[in-house]
Amino acid sequence: MRDKLINLKINGKKYQITVKSNTLLLNLLRELGYTDPKYGCGIGECGACSVLLDGQLTLSCLTLAISCDNKEVITAAGLSEKDQLHPLAQSLIEHAAIQCGFCTPGMIIAGKSLLDKNPNPTEEDVRQYLRGNLCRCTGYAPIVEAVLDQARKSKS
Amino acid sequence: MELKVIGKSVPKYDAWGKARGEVIYADDFSMPGMLYGKVFRASLPRAKILSIDTSKAENLPGVHAVITHKDVPKNNLRARFGQGTEIGAQFEGLYRVLAEGEVRYYGEPIALIAAETSEIAEKACELIEVQYEPLPGVFDPLEAMQPGAPQVGEKENNIASHFKIRKGDVEKGFAQADVIVEGFYQVGYQDHAYLELESGVAWVDDDGTIVIRVSSQVIEHFREVAEVLDLPHSRVRYIGTLIGGGFGGKEDITVESYLALLAWKTRRPVKLTYTRKESLLVHSKRHPYYMYYKTGATKDGKITAVHAKLISDAGSYAALSPWVLLYSTVDAVGPYNVENVKVDAYTVMTNTPITSAFRGFGAPQVNLAYESQMNELAKKLGMNPMELRRKNYLKQGDSLATGYVYDRPVPLDLLAQKAWEALGPKRTSSKPQVKIGRGLAVGMCSYGRLTFLHDTSRSYVRLELDGSALIRCGVPDVGGGQGHILAQIVSEELGVPLNLIKIHVTDSQLTPLAGTTTATRQLYMSGNATLKACRELKQRMFRKAAQMLLTNEEDLEVGEGKVYLKSDPTRYIALVPLINRMSADGDELYVEAQFNAPFSDVPAKEIIEGRTFPDFTFGAYAVEVEVDEETGKVELKRVVAAFDVGRALNPILVEGQIEGGAVQGAGYALMEDMVIKDGIIQTPSLQEYLIPTSLDVPDVESILIESGTGLGPYGAKGIGEPPIVGIAPAILNAIDDAVGVRITSLPVTSEKILMELKASKEGNKAA
Repeated sequence: MRDKLINLKINGKKYQITVKSNTLLLNLLRELGYTDPKYGCGIGECGACSVLLDGQLTLSCLTLAISCDNKEVITAAGLSEKDQLHPLAQSLIEHAAIQCGFCTPGMIIAGKSLLDKNPNPTEEDVRQYLRGNLCRCTGYAPIVEAVLDQARKSKS
Repeated sequence: MELKVIGKSVPKYDAWGKARGEVIYADDFSMPGMLYGKVFRASLPRAKILSIDTSKAENLPGVHAVITHKDVPKNNLRARFGQGTEIGAQFEGLYRVLAEGEVRYYGEPIALIAAETSEIAEKACELIEVQYEPLPGVFDPLEAMQPGAPQVGEKENNIASHFKIRKGDVEKGFAQADVIVEGFYQVGYQDHAYLELESGVAWVDDDGTIVIRVSSQVIEHFREVAEVLDLPHSRVRYIGTLIGGGFGGKEDITVESYLALLAWKTRRPVKLTYTRKESLLVHSKRHPYYMYYKTGATKDGKITAVHAKLISDAGSYAALSPWVLLYSTVDAVGPYNVENVKVDAYTVMTNTPITSAFRGFGAPQVNLAYESQMNELAKKLGMNPMELRRKNYLKQGDSLATGYVYDRPVPLDLLAQKAWEALGPKRTSSKPQVKIGRGLAVGMCSYGRLTFLHDTSRSYVRLELDGSALIRCGVPDVGGGQGHILAQIVSEELGVPLNLIKIHVTDSQLTPLAGTTTATRQLYMSGNATLKACRELKQRMFRKAAQMLLTNEEDLEVGEGKVYLKSDPTRYIALVPLINRMSADGDELYVEAQFNAPFSDVPAKEIIEGRTFPDFTFGAYAVEVEVDEETGKVELKRVVAAFDVGRALNPILVEGQIEGGAVQGAGYALMEDMVIKDGIIQTPSLQEYLIPTSLDVPDVESILIESGTGLGPYGAKGIGEPPIVGIAPAILNAIDDAVGVRITSLPVTSEKILMELKASKEGNKAA
């Protein structure tokens, strides 16, 4: 098992850090205190660990940290400023799309990733895009509506 | 009185922290010097343990402790489920911390490890050597009831509990019947599959108190954990985290005893989080049931008798199986007025994973049976199923199966009609092989715990000098607004704006104990305790304000940060000067109040009679499905749910419970297939045990009826569990409507549909 020095940026902060060849990005993030990506299954079934890696929707539980050299990671917490919630996060609050909240960081990341690619999604687009993010509390409808509503708001 | 804050769909207080990703859930928390725990588990479903050798594991560098049953001060307890009331043997089971002598189920904990890293802990697990003598197991409750079946538990007989209903005379009732319908129904496991796995961190405080920061629906388990360690109850403290989904799966003790033992032994903080596989393999699940029903009715549709036999799989330790069975027994005929009822219900131990609480708690299983029976009966009578139900609905003043006279309105006719009408015009199928069908089902679900448990809740409310307020209430918050709604009550009652109210939840030593977040009880119990505290505080505020405003207390009202005269709202005193005056005069600015549910006696025999629950929530589901006759695929296209919620204190949160419950129930009906073979679960991942994704479910339309007749604050009823009751039989009834086959077991799979279609075609040919 070789250790490797990698450079990466997490939520705007630069890191130079030695990681083991088998360290998962999710575990690295959580050890560094970025605990909003969650461990829900460890094998890419639930989406709770979702982050943006160089802008791409990524399951951090299936990503090796060494593969993130010179890349930028953004977690849900990184999207909201101190006094300013990310508009999608705000939209989830307004639609009561957050119950237990455990899937929420992953949902915010997946929803933002969709809206980055497709600013005018249909309900079917949203449901397709979020299919990898499980939620056991809400039944999905308020989450889907929150994403759609955010898309409508950013248009106007 | 006009309500200002109650009835408004305001966001709950915990939403912002969750939206920022800042909530520190159980596994997000760490401490300096923290060790990692791991549970070593049995690899056979039933075996005699000949020896356990932990020496190699103990010698592995980085391992701090290996614990087996010998190291547990009290390894075998009567499971009391965190409560104080004596409830008798038929409602209790054995809570065994670590296996000793014999293994009862695959994955039963045998040893605990604490190590520097989770990798070392896992490695240490591999070094533990257990010698077993495999024993024949019994994996099905029907087999386990047979004489000579392997003995699973401490009792010779595997029947953990047997409850009966004996109302009227069923023989007479069936003799009066013109038609009789018999049905046999079967449901399997359901896993809670919350996103947050079982997790916690424990440490020993500097005064020798064991502190467990854990995701739990019951912080009162501190008592049982203290007993495991043979410590005074005051030496174990639970700090409950915000919970990443519970649904009953965090009602029993999960990781806490293990954490406490490891922290106690190592004197270091220890974290233990289950893997998803571990959780799916061994944590408690919804009970599989076998249900036989016989229903008789006159030709004009009046039900004359119901006979039901229920057999549930209690798993290898009783856990809450007797209680769940009792719920099923009481609910067995559903919300119908039936004069002659006979129910025999058994929960039977097998060498399978523990079964225990899951949203609905025994209500969804029998609901599936009695609502399927209603449609079959309607078919045989040539009657519209809604009409048949209408003729038999329980009404105010009718008696339940236990003989208890239900003294509140039951608006089921309205609920069913509203739900059905909201489906709108029936669509036509675009493909000839795809048939569209519609189904209706109603249901009942209790809220509040069994009355013989003598349930109580406490809440503390304090006014601050700047006009803000503090609530302390030990209410575990699973995300349904359990904590938040208390703030809405305080805001309504005391006029303090919501953003100035701080709520402190779930610390077993610092917050007044509020009881479990189970049994759909928190709004009812802790809501009423908080309301009681507020009313007392308000009285003190009005007494002072009346002096200051030279008026009488009856003419005062509170709102928007002031106390004003009803007769002249321009005359008022703002809260801040009022509170400061009260403080200066030595008035107490806080109240801790206790709310007691109605109490009844513990059933002394197997026959269950009288009052068992404080109250029930009633609801109706209407659904539309598409069934593909070529592939057997069922798609749920429309779901309408109508519930009498008593009063919706925060409508959007109420709808959230209904939508979430509907989808969880749709998963139960159509997808969630926990396959078990010889006591070992074959589907221990979310790729194998499928729960609904965003693509699998339609929007749920919720219709809230507010009768104002609930026992909760402002006439509210409980709504946490009830929405999982009703949807599964509505789907089965819709499938029957679409393609004319009666599916009698869950989940509905394509194979079952195709087999039934084939059988029905062959049957038609033969006829």
